[in-house]
Amino acid sequence: MIPAALKYVEADSATAAIAALSEYGDEAKLLAGGHSLIPLMRFRLAVPAVLVDISRLDGLSDITDAGDHIAVGALAKHAEVESSSLLQSEAPLLAHVASKVGDPSVRHRGTLGGSLAHGDPASDLPAAVLALGGSIVVQGPDGERVIDAAEFFTGFLETAISETEIITEVRIPKSGSAGWSFQKFNRRAQDWAIVGVAAVLGASPKVSLINMGLTPLRAGAVESALAGGGSAAEAASVAAEGTSAPSDLNGDAEYRDHLARVLVERALDEASS
Amino acid sequence: MDQLTHRGIFVQIDMTVNGRACSADVEDRTLLVHYLRDHLELTGTNVGCDTSSCGACTVHIGGQSVKSCTVLAAQVRGADVTTIEGMATDGELHPMQEAFRQCHGLQCGYCTPGMVMAATSLLSENANPTEAEVREGLEGNLCRCTGYQNIVKSVLSVGGQS
Repeated sequence: MIPAALKYVEADSATAAIAALSEYGDEAKLLAGGHSLIPLMRFRLAVPAVLVDISRLDGLSDITDAGDHIAVGALAKHAEVESSSLLQSEAPLLAHVASKVGDPSVRHRGTLGGSLAHGDPASDLPAAVLALGGSIVVQGPDGERVIDAAEFFTGFLETAISETEIITEVRIPKSGSAGWSFQKFNRRAQDWAIVGVAAVLGASPKVSLINMGLTPLRAGAVESALAGGGSAAEAASVAAEGTSAPSDLNGDAEYRDHLARVLVERALDEASS
Repeated sequence: MDQLTHRGIFVQIDMTVNGRACSADVEDRTLLVHYLRDHLELTGTNVGCDTSSCGACTVHIGGQSVKSCTVLAAQVRGADVTTIEGMATDGELHPMQEAFRQCHGLQCGYCTPGMVMAATSLLSENANPTEAEVREGLEGNLCRCTGYQNIVKSVLSVGGQS
């Protein structure tokens, strides 16, 4: 299918992108790699009148060491995140999860910032950023602000970014020697996770869930159980608490609840081994 | 990069396709695959699923495999695009094309252009993949004839670990 008629605009700086968003309001969408947005546009599920292409902005795809965290430019492609030696050593979960997104051709175009802005509860990368305790830097007409990943996803495909803001950077705290695991359960190659789990067992263990609600989310009950000294099995047994798994062709909510418990236990076991 | 130029409802796109400089005015919403097929008549690039899943439309942008149904033509202004038509040189098949021929790596042939483009991109990033790496590397390309055995054999015969 062909997207609805639209106006294509290029931004050559973050300021220009913000100006375009301010000018066109809710008729406009930002376009980076386009691998979430363009499929939606072909199905006419998204019908933006204006696309503001930010993919050519300079300096927004660097991956750099910023002391206690790694600064990943919003336009860093999945393939670049996957192959970054800095991320492989300092936040290996993120590099690993990037290597599991879609397929190689998708990873050549899709961007980390785009994946987060899309806010799909079935996506892999939001779960990784949540489990790593990352934060998202956004820039708008009033300057810059930093949003904790835990506060970032506000509803189904909705985030805390306002209409006139763009993501410029994703900050990933170094996870050091903390154990980590990523469990993605699907039936066919390149499918989205039916349920997925990311875990990082740092000073305060963080566990996140894929496709267990309207947003990418932290497994609060699991984290509380671990903080209270519970075993992996005990913590995993409450994995579905506080979630609202969807039912679809791949499985109903009850099945997803079961998968969440199984996959959280596997993740905790692997991360602590 | 030249400044973006609109004429009425059309946008001017300039890019290099198979080594040739191409320029056209297209609607802003034009997908790269439709530009290649409908404007340049390079119909070797197929449209399969239209959902970014099957990989029949795979081409190279700057040497990397990309699904051309998920990219606007305007997005790749100035880029260097290669399609299956650009793989052979002076009438000689590209080694990957020759391998598909020798190993019977195609049945109906619909997925083949995309398979060849994805496979050459894979080998450019990993010159000596294992069989498992080839299978994973081609996960974004579907063969509805399920002819994977010989597709994988073809790729391994060009650059794989024996």
